[in-house]
Amino acid sequence: MKPVPTAQAPATADSAPAAPAPAGSLARDVAAAAPALALGDDALVLSHRLGEWAGHAPVLEEEVALANIALDLLGQARVLLSLAGDEDELAYLREERAFRNCQLVEQPNGDFAHTIARQLYFSTYQELLYGQLASGGSPLAPLAAKAVKEVAYHRDHAEQWTLRLGDGTEESHERIQRGLTALWRFTGELFEPVPGLDVDLPALHDAWATRIESALTRATLTVPEGPSRGAWTAGAGRQGLHTEPFGRMLAEMQHLHRSHPGATW
Amino acid sequence: MTTIAPGEESLAALETDFDAAVAADERIEPRDWMPDAYRSSLVRQIAQHAHSEIIGMQPEANWITRAPSLRRKAILMAKVQDEAGHGLYLYSAAETLGASRDELLDKLHSGRQKYSSIFNYPTLTWADVGAIGWLVDGAAITNQVPLCRCSYGPYARAMVRVCKEESFHQRQGYELLLALSRGTEAQHAMAQDAVDRWWWPSLMMFGPPDDESAHSAQSMAWKIKRHSNDELRQRFVDICVPQAESLGLTLPDPDLTWNEQRGHWDFGPIDWDEFREVLKGNGPCNDQRISQRRRAHEEGAWVRDAAAAYAAKHGEGNR
Repeated sequence: MKPVPTAQAPATADSAPAAPAPAGSLARDVAAAAPALALGDDALVLSHRLGEWAGHAPVLEEEVALANIALDLLGQARVLLSLAGDEDELAYLREERAFRNCQLVEQPNGDFAHTIARQLYFSTYQELLYGQLASGGSPLAPLAAKAVKEVAYHRDHAEQWTLRLGDGTEESHERIQRGLTALWRFTGELFEPVPGLDVDLPALHDAWATRIESALTRATLTVPEGPSRGAWTAGAGRQGLHTEPFGRMLAEMQHLHRSHPGATW
Repeated sequence: MTTIAPGEESLAALETDFDAAVAADERIEPRDWMPDAYRSSLVRQIAQHAHSEIIGMQPEANWITRAPSLRRKAILMAKVQDEAGHGLYLYSAAETLGASRDELLDKLHSGRQKYSSIFNYPTLTWADVGAIGWLVDGAAITNQVPLCRCSYGPYARAMVRVCKEESFHQRQGYELLLALSRGTEAQHAMAQDAVDRWWWPSLMMFGPPDDESAHSAQSMAWKIKRHSNDELRQRFVDICVPQAESLGLTLPDPDLTWNEQRGHWDFGPIDWDEFREVLKGNGPCNDQRISQRRRAHEEGAWVRDAAAAYAAKHGEGNR
């Protein structure tokens, strides 16, 4: 029977923000694992959120599209988490303070516009990030080279919907603008350096902002004003500081696995 | 001598040609003449088949967020995605007969068209996902493989694609149950409990017994159906008994016995009262399933309106 790791002490995250520090038996080569864990958690958590749409999408074609994006992300998560350790131990036996995903991806789905806004911000970021990573010499380069094609499709899907919602009806325009504005404060974190990741993230910010601005302008929408991160949460998710809905999401995700310690599925 | 009005004569000729084409196992295609009753019977059957794929996403999607390993989660997501795709193929096949997807969905939402009774049962544990794959998809395949030779071309071709994917899902469901059956005691018990709950509803998927089946005779004459409900049900039982044994699980029927003379497994009586109640809307999840479907559709209306408004502004509607 595998030991169930105990909750990670918050002090660990404070004193060593670079460490992914999955507790107990989960710890491996921490330095190599850190970037894989951060990007893997992003993909895992967003995939989970998109999976919540199954059976609830506004049109059948979107059942297919959202599930398809969720599957791509889950595939990426599995490769990345396997670089950091055992994919299932990492997904199912860490508590929320040990997760390294950015806060944007853990945000609840809200309405379809909210989901599309989250996807537009994140896919645009991921396409730039994986593009850079693919051309570098990091151990993540092969994954990035394959995944960049997937995320280009995700970004296109989100952009196409941003156009349709922004330049559709008055109601859809308001809804997508509201989603974009509500999620804006989680975008700054995307460009915080990720320890061990061989990409200059702050340098990607300009390209990201240009692309978002261009998509929103074409969609007759405005780029939100105000800070792109909350005051106390700078770099938060990457240090294991999450928002309240995340714990509930993990409770649902992990409950069955944790109820049968040591079982294989 | 009877007088034949103009038109009647040509109608009789068309009917003769149609009957000859069906008798010769030729495929009927969308532009071919067909009897009105053949058309409406097919629309009803294909639509209900499509609806079953769409409603059938719900009991399985119920476990996506709780799947116990990332591998199983990926398999389940892919399966639910395939079901939406099958729904799309089938609505397209129905549209070749002059129905529209919107109209058919409207009939589903208002309860004027049905979906498979099986999806009114709840998925209470993770093992139910495996039992659905093995038994429910298994029953669906037994029903659908003969439909690959159905007289209506678009439906038959949709079935070829659907059956390939369904067979894959069925093997995955079987493999899921096998892992549980060979797992811990608790996992084995979970698998057995799921099979106990899904076995009889799966046998009901083949429809009422032959002497009570309203559409069977005509459907068989038109070669929409190739085998009777009871024949297919027997075939399914014969396939499942040895599979249950190799799974290390039992089927919840004390009357299951090998009948040497028939060369088939005898099985116990089906609770047709329960079947009729579920069809009438009194199953465990009827309200829940249809409410969720309606809610998704209603809550998505503004998204569809936005897409239509955008298309109108940007000329996409004229493509």
